[in-house]
Amino acid sequence: MIFELLQEQLFQLALVAALLVGLCAPAVGTFIVQRRLALLGDGIGHVALTGVALGFLTGSAPVLTAVIVSVAGAVAIELVRARGRTSGDVALALLFYGGIAGGVMLMAIAPGGSNAKLNSYLFGAIASVTPEDIGVIAALAVAVIGVVLIFGRELFVLCQDEEMARASGLPVRFLSLLIAVTAALTVVIAMRVVGLLLVSALMVIPVATSQQLTRGFRTTMGLAMLFGVLASVGGLLASTVSTKVPPGAAIVLLALAGFVLALGVGKFVRRGRTEESRVSPRMRVEEVA
Amino acid sequence: MSETAFAMTDGQVSYDGKPVLKGIDLTVRSGEVVALLGANGSGKSTLVRALLGLTPLSGGTTLIYGSPPARFRDWWRIGYVPQRLQVGGGVPATVREVVASGRIARQSRLRRTSAADRTAVAEAIETVRLTGRANDPVQSLSGGQQQRVLIARALAGEPDTYVMDEPTAGVDAETQQLLADTLSGLVLGGKTVVLVAHELGPLEPLITRGVVIREGLVAHDGRPPRPEGDCARPGHDHQHRHAVEPVAGPLTGWQGEPR
Repeated sequence: MIFELLQEQLFQLALVAALLVGLCAPAVGTFIVQRRLALLGDGIGHVALTGVALGFLTGSAPVLTAVIVSVAGAVAIELVRARGRTSGDVALALLFYGGIAGGVMLMAIAPGGSNAKLNSYLFGAIASVTPEDIGVIAALAVAVIGVVLIFGRELFVLCQDEEMARASGLPVRFLSLLIAVTAALTVVIAMRVVGLLLVSALMVIPVATSQQLTRGFRTTMGLAMLFGVLASVGGLLASTVSTKVPPGAAIVLLALAGFVLALGVGKFVRRGRTEESRVSPRMRVEEVA
Repeated sequence: MSETAFAMTDGQVSYDGKPVLKGIDLTVRSGEVVALLGANGSGKSTLVRALLGLTPLSGGTTLIYGSPPARFRDWWRIGYVPQRLQVGGGVPATVREVVASGRIARQSRLRRTSAADRTAVAEAIETVRLTGRANDPVQSLSGGQQQRVLIARALAGEPDTYVMDEPTAGVDAETQQLLADTLSGLVLGGKTVVLVAHELGPLEPLITRGVVIREGLVAHDGRPPRPEGDCARPGHDHQHRHAVEPVAGPLTGWQGEPR
């Protein structure tokens, strides 16, 4: 059946989109989780909806307007965060609600805007991905992976300890904006696949899954990317079994199932480790006795 | 003439309008081993952060190797050891990964990790005797071991000047001794060291100059004060505050002197 599916252009496009999302979202997500910004993707996702609606309103490609608006939103979020004031929390909330409400409103008045279109961006519509979408998604994916490869070492220091990054002479403000903008690009990549409301799930869940099993940063990222691909491709395949299965939700639920599994395996692994260290002092006491 | 690592003139810092540093003049020349001493809240940690440009001055100037922090470019010359290790949002990082990040100021963006990087990292980990745990997550280490990771991270960068914020606070005796041994190696190699300490412990013989900070001002600058009486007893639990206590012995006499 898969072989027949692979012949279909629609499925090929969907598969490419799922692969790219599965790779990119956890890669960026590892930095974001380490920086304690796990919900950043959610915030950008909300803002991106206004961007999508602007695309429909102005008759331009929604993916492109989403890129512009979500990058602007990410920069705004980062600037508020860097100020570090307690009121920043509320400012961010205002931005998110404005993003969703603005998106819904603009979509309603846009020519060709409909609830069905709105839903396809909120919850994903991987089956309706066009070749143009794939072009934009692929370009964004190259940009995201490029950022991770070129700036990864610096971003690791930044996300681990911002002060240390400053005392090492790293361009902290630039790198902070870079990670926010990269997250925005990832949101747009993932938007067609899992939808804006679930975008953050693919940035966070594979990382949370991976860190149950790993000891280092690099391996966490690598394994998270593998889990991301497994979940997104698995969810897509699940949706081909029955038309009733929504691919976005299937992908996220699959990722969550992986997390629960890893949680159990991780506990087992850790118990083994602590028992090892618990045994040795007791043995020493027995030797003395 | 020896180089000047840090030169602060009338350095002032306030947090939310409350002055913490009230006009500090401090020059550290290369090869000096300076201990910044003082009670909790005296401003010594703020001073270290201000010297590095991590906390902006509200008045006065400070120079790192002759440049203001914002225009300083040779950050590889500085090895900063913060008070404690930040473990971030829970993504594990191995000892080796954290120590390797100490090389960042020496690495250009597009160059891959070189053999020299790897050697320096391995040597730094060996110096703090964590080679057996190099591939363990730093989150699984004890407080003293995490402190050693921070020291190794600074060592890996092979800087000229080490700036350490309370490297001895809350660490076990073994780590304190290890730090003393490591520091004496650095001092022999002509490195500059500025460290913040509440008490010096085994580091004391290495210190060439003690600067006592009290209420945001330099209260003493000269030879390091020697602990006396109970304070000199090994294992003495230091609970009283230096700043509110009349200071005995070698600390008297300089108090009224102009700096």
